[in-house]
Amino acid sequence: MSEQLTTVDGRPLKQALASAERTKRIRAVLLVMPLFIFIFVSFLYPIALMLYRSVENPLIAQHMPKTLATLEDWDGESIPDEETFAALAQDLVKARESREIGKVATRLNFETPGLRSVITGSARSAGRWEPPYKEKFLDRRKEWGELETWATIKRLGPTITTVNYLAAVDRQYNVDGEVVMVGEDYRIYVDLFMRTLWMSVVVTVSCLILGFPIAYMLASLPLRHSNLLMILVLLPFWTSLLVRTTSWIVLLQTQGVLNDLMVWSGIIDDAQRIQLIFNAQGTVIAMTQILLPFMVLPLYSVMKTIPPSYLRAAESLGAHRFLAFWRIYVPNTLPGVGAGCLLVFILAIGYYITPALVGGQDGQMISNMIAFHMQKSLNWGLAAALGGILLVGVIILYWLYNKLVGIDRLKLG
Amino acid sequence: MITKLKITTFVAAGALALGAFAATPASAADSLTVVSWGGAYTKSQVEAYHKPFTKKTGIEILSENYSGGLAEVKAQVEAGSVKWDVVDVELSDAIRGCDEGLLEPIDPSILPPAPDGTPAEKDFIDGAITDCAVASIVWSTIYAYDKKQFKDGGPKTMADFFDLKKFPGKRGMRKTPKANLEMALAADGVPPSEVYDVLSTDAGIDRAFAKLDTIKDSVVWWEAGAQPPQLLADGEVAMTTAYNGRIFNAIAAEGKAFEIVWDAQVFDMDLFVIVKGAPNKKAALDFIAFATDTQRLADQAEWISYGPARKSSEPLIGKHAEAGIEMGPHMPTAADNFKTAIQNDFEFWADRQDELNNRFNSWLAN
Amino acid sequence: MSQISLPDHAGPVETIWHYLYIFICCLVFLFLIAPILVIIPLSFNAEPYFTFTKQMLSLDPDAFSMRWYEDFMNKDIWRASIGNSFFIAFCSTILATTLGTIAALGLSRSEMPMKGLFMGLLISPMIVPLVITAAGIFFFYATVNDYIPLTGTYLGVILAHTVLGTPFVVITVTATLSGFDHSLTRAGAMLGADPTTVFFKIIMPLILPGVISGALFAFVTSFDEVVVVLFIASVEQQTIPRQMWAGIRESISPTILAVATILICISIVLLATVELLRRRSERLRGMSAG
Repeated sequence: MSEQLTTVDGRPLKQALASAERTKRIRAVLLVMPLFIFIFVSFLYPIALMLYRSVENPLIAQHMPKTLATLEDWDGESIPDEETFAALAQDLVKARESREIGKVATRLNFETPGLRSVITGSARSAGRWEPPYKEKFLDRRKEWGELETWATIKRLGPTITTVNYLAAVDRQYNVDGEVVMVGEDYRIYVDLFMRTLWMSVVVTVSCLILGFPIAYMLASLPLRHSNLLMILVLLPFWTSLLVRTTSWIVLLQTQGVLNDLMVWSGIIDDAQRIQLIFNAQGTVIAMTQILLPFMVLPLYSVMKTIPPSYLRAAESLGAHRFLAFWRIYVPNTLPGVGAGCLLVFILAIGYYITPALVGGQDGQMISNMIAFHMQKSLNWGLAAALGGILLVGVIILYWLYNKLVGIDRLKLG
Repeated sequence: MITKLKITTFVAAGALALGAFAATPASAADSLTVVSWGGAYTKSQVEAYHKPFTKKTGIEILSENYSGGLAEVKAQVEAGSVKWDVVDVELSDAIRGCDEGLLEPIDPSILPPAPDGTPAEKDFIDGAITDCAVASIVWSTIYAYDKKQFKDGGPKTMADFFDLKKFPGKRGMRKTPKANLEMALAADGVPPSEVYDVLSTDAGIDRAFAKLDTIKDSVVWWEAGAQPPQLLADGEVAMTTAYNGRIFNAIAAEGKAFEIVWDAQVFDMDLFVIVKGAPNKKAALDFIAFATDTQRLADQAEWISYGPARKSSEPLIGKHAEAGIEMGPHMPTAADNFKTAIQNDFEFWADRQDELNNRFNSWLAN
Repeated sequence: MSQISLPDHAGPVETIWHYLYIFICCLVFLFLIAPILVIIPLSFNAEPYFTFTKQMLSLDPDAFSMRWYEDFMNKDIWRASIGNSFFIAFCSTILATTLGTIAALGLSRSEMPMKGLFMGLLISPMIVPLVITAAGIFFFYATVNDYIPLTGTYLGVILAHTVLGTPFVVITVTATLSGFDHSLTRAGAMLGADPTTVFFKIIMPLILPGVISGALFAFVTSFDEVVVVLFIASVEQQTIPRQMWAGIRESISPTILAVATILICISIVLLATVELLRRRSERLRGMSAG
């Protein structure tokens, strides 16, 4: 006979516990599922398809098959021979007839600026040419005599490519197929990623410093007073981003309200007006104000759940008021601090309209470039690569933050 | 239990309500969706094109606003779910969109000739008709200043804009390489006709950036076209590059003491395009042919100070519809203003836009 | 009893600290509403610029006008936009809050497997740049359009805004729940309450501030969103931000200040009404304030 412990209905206790545990787990998962399925179908799946564009590269393989075939054994050290030029002529003429030549030209132009007009121009002429082609191509555009042109075509042959990710970190392949930095004057994305991160950190810290005191005040005042003050926190929400950004320009520019007030009250001289906007400072001020409610409200809602008796207990046990606050109250607000910082940080990373309007020469953010490539240059592959790096970067930061601060230490579960 | 019941009813009611709103809007063939930039610009189009078109054909025009770029068009075409018919785009977008196969080719033979019989292709200014686009207006990046700030005579040439000693004060410039590089070279003594030849070389690009370097620390960079008139009005800058239409409006309708300097203006066009697979392609073609005829283009110039893309429209331009000012001399295309004009070279920018944009941003940040 | 009032036995350091604290808080509140203090007088500007003219400062009546309010009243499109914006934001907030709160309840349970992963995926709509999200959702809508019409419909915009709004609800509610004592729900259940009752009678009152914060964020996100609207909506779903951004290539019309002022007034009236009702019901229930 087994001496196993059993429940009232005779099942082994271990098994019963395990099954109870499983039921609980299933219940937790079931609660998350409706949202997860919704987000999966209407966001994760479509976005995955968008991000896939960063590695997808079917165009050249599709429209320059003959050229690519002859380039297979190309040594990369001399200009290809007549066979390749003949294949090129066929490919170009065909692509022009099917009106796809522009796409091919644009794709190659992303890699090597200037190739667009080389391709479209040569395609226009190639229809009228008789063999041999090599001379005619070389006469038409000198770029056909450059190794880089051919290396670019060959490199973009495979239908899966890493060039977008390389471009997104200011790198490219050179003629020999090695990964190198792009020219010094053209490096931009790494700096932009860094600047965007840095600005977001500064804005997040500013929001925390300004938000904590007022959230504490709101949470500890009686409701009839705090609710009136809460209106002040919520009011800015009703004015659109454009309106608020514009009014910060009115406030902060050198001929603006703040400078006028300072001149009027004699703090500064009329000739010494301070440049407060159209620089990084202005961006931080405007973004902090815009994002402050996203810090205050989570802090407030967490502070509301902390019983005031905690502090009173600590004080009655003899702790100094400040010490009690620091050791007892502040740790309890950490989930709110975490949530507020998370919201502000992520939102700050994505904001680009405000920095663009008030940031002057420091105003470019990474999202700005993503929007540029989506809307103007139509280089969606590069936009997707930049967006993908941003997404992965933020998720890694979030993961690190959980490891360091700890989901469980925050009692997030 | 009651709570549960309430929730179910609520959810069901919500679902029903949503279902009702999901009904597709009737996309009758007797309407046409025309997408443009909104504000005063769309208003000028509605007055000059949309209203007469509807009156003539009975086709209703749904006017939508967008903020430029082709992202929406690309998405619609690739997804095979096109809802826009005609879009008003800038030249660079017209070229890129056509390259990418996002736009319908437009046969120029559908465009009506000028009243004197000159065929459309000769009547439009150079570059106004491309494979997929027909220009309606010519607009210009000029620079302007507030006369109150320069009492002993203001700047006259592009070189003056870059001369901080002779004309001290902040400058406003658009945060983009386009037009700025051309202006920098013009200020550095390159004749307008040679600007793009110089820019096509690395040395030329270096030269343009070196010129920009001389005023970099005094520049307030603007992003949206609405900003420069505001900067001038506030006295935040002494002079600023801007789009001519808006500055004209500030002078004519708002009584500001602004002055436009036309030297080395960089002019560009806004064009009509048809989205590939547009639901009302036939009506869209009719609309473009109608809107870009001589009289209609002249009419638009009475609502906003942008030049018509047809030469034959020039003499027909009357007075500003609201301010009552003779519009002719304020057009970018007026002879006096046009002498040193630089035409935005779309081939150059289509080739070099991304590269120069990177270089410009890298230059800005360092 | 509030913690903010100064205890009777406070020393000079604490007194100074106390008033300094209140002073700092006042400055922060001032910072928060500074743009609004500028917006309201400027909305009566007679000129189409965002500038305080000399005449305005000397209170010359000619420098002020109602022209931007008239402009607002004369354009049907503005009123339609306000209606649309409220309707879309309201519906998407309800959906986002419901889905987000339920998910947060699951995520905050200690039994939830792979919590970090799920949390990361659920908040990713906040991280992916809007223009990529907008294009992605548009492609998805276009493929299902034959079954459910989603492009150019209210439903499409509402669902897309729901996607954008849920991360806010999930983050704030999970944070609020983290301090939550789960033994309370067990106690409730043992006393015979079914799960729905437990939720509405025990959990809900405690996490309400978090839920309301999340809902507010979701509302504002939808209310001020323009990129997704540009991709998905058609003329019928014209919203306030889309109307505000229109024509920015030419000029920013001070009408947007008039609209902002009107919205501010509406929200003050709304929030004040809510507060008055709350006080009334408090009195009726015989509870003491605070």
